[in-house]
Amino acid sequence: MEPTTPSQTVGPFLHIGLPWPDGPYALREGAPGGVWLRGTVTDGAGAPVPDALIETWQADPGGGFDHPDDPRGAVRHDGFRGFGRCPTDAEGRWGVYTLKPGPLPGPVPGPGPGPQGPPLLQAPHIDVSVFARGMLHRTVTRLYFPDEEEANGQDPVLSSVTDPEERATLVAVAAEDGYRFDIRLQGEGETVFFDI
Amino acid sequence: MGQDTAAGQGTDAGQDTAAVPGYRRDPGVHPPLDYPGYRSTALRHPQRPLKVLPHLLTEITGPLLGEDRVGPLDHDLTRQHDGEPQGQRITVQGRVLDADGRPVPHTLVEVWQANAGGRYRHKGDNWPCPLDPNFTGVGRTVTDADGRYSFTTVRPGAYPWKNHDNAWRPAHIHFSLFGRAFTQRLVTQMYFPGDPLFFQDPMWNSIPDPQARERLVARYDHARTQPEWALAYTWDIVLRGRESTVFEHELALEDDD
Repeated sequence: MEPTTPSQTVGPFLHIGLPWPDGPYALREGAPGGVWLRGTVTDGAGAPVPDALIETWQADPGGGFDHPDDPRGAVRHDGFRGFGRCPTDAEGRWGVYTLKPGPLPGPVPGPGPGPQGPPLLQAPHIDVSVFARGMLHRTVTRLYFPDEEEANGQDPVLSSVTDPEERATLVAVAAEDGYRFDIRLQGEGETVFFDI
Repeated sequence: MGQDTAAGQGTDAGQDTAAVPGYRRDPGVHPPLDYPGYRSTALRHPQRPLKVLPHLLTEITGPLLGEDRVGPLDHDLTRQHDGEPQGQRITVQGRVLDADGRPVPHTLVEVWQANAGGRYRHKGDNWPCPLDPNFTGVGRTVTDADGRYSFTTVRPGAYPWKNHDNAWRPAHIHFSLFGRAFTQRLVTQMYFPGDPLFFQDPMWNSIPDPQARERLVARYDHARTQPEWALAYTWDIVLRGRESTVFEHELALEDDD
């Protein structure tokens, strides 16, 4: 077993290396049916974080991934990369243009202790990474959708967050051209982050 | 370990009997998010414990980014301008592996760095060291079928910063890696052997295990050094490995490539 390589911060100059011109377009620019996910990254003092990078990864509207490790088979959705990448601007703002993902199969209740019965369904969600100066390792969160109340209630990850205020940090807010998802790195309204 | 929770701690997610095998966690390898020696972490680390995320379909897949992201000269940072950059020409090469020692083929590797004097081509970097008109400091490449990558560049300089009194960053190259799953994503820094600045560098010291720090140091590679041309440094990168229950299944998938 090889020991893994440790993480280091992206540092203050991530903007020269990581952004791509088409990075924010998980769905090809101009393709119909897309939504904008937009938000602001703020720190423990409530100040915007101007040197962060947001990355998103998600299923397509049918719940498929263009990836051979998906046991259901890889699915290619025209114009859709599934991956978005956007640096924050001077006001800490980011945005990703994408398709709303579909629901996904979840954990299979296995033998032994724990839940029994049919597989649990995951509500539509997007995995989000946050990189920034001052972060020695990325943090990971999940974005859920406000118009999926019933599915959200059954989602095995979201329903594991029992505190209503914490849980609310994982659910985006409807906006004019999509959804708003603010990320608070610390303090009041701190986003729930996951150990992946 | 600051805010990093070990696998299985601090979660009530419970149902980790996923339909798909996950990736093995590597607690203790990475720096904590809360590290007072690096002052900028103070307001940028979560104060609540992280919750353990089971590895489900979104976590065991990821963007498979390849050749379409890379231009013909992206791997050679010395040939991106009309003239050659100042400094010591070097090659940096190695393999991207997973924790089972298997190569990670056809995966995007992105790098960025300061010039030979230690200055970044970034509006926020204005310490009194000249920019080099022939050096941008940004590179990209894709690993081959054996997980190998290679860049040609100049050795970056050390540079001062304001974290503590007389603070200097050791010379380093930033690396960004995707692997084949969202879970394997890694951004890190490669260092050079024998750098006298490690002792006072909080990035270096934030890695809890001294042996793990050494895994960020490239090896001078005389066999690959090109006579009258470039010094060679070799550095292998190890991403997280997959849970063993998928081993045969995954081999079968690789055979399909």
